[in-house]
Amino acid sequence: MKNLLILGAGTAGTMMLNKLYKELDKEEWKVTIVDQYKTHYYQPGFLFIPFGVYKKEDVTKPKYDFFPAGAEVIFSPIDKIVGEENKVYLEGGKVLNYDFLIIATGTQTRPSETTGLKDKLWYKDIFDFYTIDGALALHKRFKDFKGGNLVMCIAELPYKCPVAPIEFVCLAEAYFTKRGIRDKVNITYVTLMSGAFTKPVASKMLGELLEEKNIKVVPDFYLEHVDNENKKIVSYDEREIPFDILTIVPVNMGSDMIERSGLGDDMNYVKTNKYTLQSDQFENIFVIGDAANLPTSKAGSVAHFAGEILMENILAAMEGRELPAKFDGHANCYIETGYGKGALIDFNYITEPLPGTFPLPGIGPFGLLKNTKMNHYGKILFRWIYWHILVKGKELPIEADMTMAGKQRV
Amino acid sequence: MAVKTIANAQVQVTDDGYLEDMNQWNEDIAKEIAKELGIELTDKHFEVINYLREKTKAGEGLTIRKVGKSGVVDIKELYKLFPKGPLKFSSKIAGIPKPTSCI
Repeated sequence: MKNLLILGAGTAGTMMLNKLYKELDKEEWKVTIVDQYKTHYYQPGFLFIPFGVYKKEDVTKPKYDFFPAGAEVIFSPIDKIVGEENKVYLEGGKVLNYDFLIIATGTQTRPSETTGLKDKLWYKDIFDFYTIDGALALHKRFKDFKGGNLVMCIAELPYKCPVAPIEFVCLAEAYFTKRGIRDKVNITYVTLMSGAFTKPVASKMLGELLEEKNIKVVPDFYLEHVDNENKKIVSYDEREIPFDILTIVPVNMGSDMIERSGLGDDMNYVKTNKYTLQSDQFENIFVIGDAANLPTSKAGSVAHFAGEILMENILAAMEGRELPAKFDGHANCYIETGYGKGALIDFNYITEPLPGTFPLPGIGPFGLLKNTKMNHYGKILFRWIYWHILVKGKELPIEADMTMAGKQRV
Repeated sequence: MAVKTIANAQVQVTDDGYLEDMNQWNEDIAKEIAKELGIELTDKHFEVINYLREKTKAGEGLTIRKVGKSGVVDIKELYKLFPKGPLKFSSKIAGIPKPTSCI
């Protein structure tokens, strides 16, 4: 028997397990997945929790629900991968051998990387919404918020779901308007980027959207520390912004296990060939999802598109064939903008997000870089798609390679 | 893309003034670009510039955090050396491509 081992049972790892389990000959291959946690979170749903749209149970399911019967499941923290030996050491000393390994250990928020962030105001006036605990604590804090400065700050790049902070301030704007206290809440969007978003066309569109909603954008602000006494964030060039509630995208980093294994870059993301998704160091190690150091978004949609490429390539590698497929960095993100509307962006390594329409057989088209109701329904529908199709590794009617169909060159 | 004369040398630059080819760079070009940005280059500046060029040659991406952990400068010093553009201005002066944030 040969061993396929998957590390990480989040969106990317679970999806790959389901896809490959269907393809592989069970007489020949034993498939094992390892994760330290038993709960699968629908992470795009965290964004809606502070505003009371979703509750904890809407975004939570047991990981077991998504594993195919017959796959071996191990719940344990991982100590390290030793690529030269084709072995994975679990905490506690258990050793797993592999013929092929897929790393899908994701990215984690590291609030402790920023001085003063995880201090006495943490989950009192300072919150992330990238964890279930942070999102729930913020929901509680918002309930008795009477007004003041709400500051959204992005601490470092890259971070998971690049549009989420923009969605957050748009949803906050709508939420406080609905509560009748919008005039008492100053919303400020603080980013280390030079504008609301990275790529020029989307940055302009999203910048204008925020301006329209009277949300102040402070660009080029690189967070140095949080002053808990005076409730201010301070940048490296000593600018200060006062807050009453601070919502933060903490520094994101890959798993420490990647560092212990000597496979990562300085942010613990696995050094990965951006086209083949193979580890730069070992031919029988492949990487999927946020764990990889690919120069594209850290997002579920990227993992989904990359999953089809990885599937073709790992099956080829198992048969000793050359790797046939090349990933183009395709990402596709809904941007919830409040008041029942949403925007959509679709891009890859080379093509920045452009306006136009996004063709989706049977349901679309969706407007690209446009604020429409249809896009909002797409986002709402997506939770069902996520639980029932995406994580289970079933086909979606969207191609892995980005298409220029419907896009307007500007 | 355009051709620009910097420090008596003809170099290819992008629309926002970054060198197209890092091999066309020399220290005089660096000094002149720095001057346009209001920066007088010291030895410390050149230590940073050389680090940026080395990493770029090796095909590694650069972030402010990475430069801060390099042992060459910490992030505060980097901001003092290249005010308002710790990575953008230093990259421009170092003759390497504009830093991209990949999200």
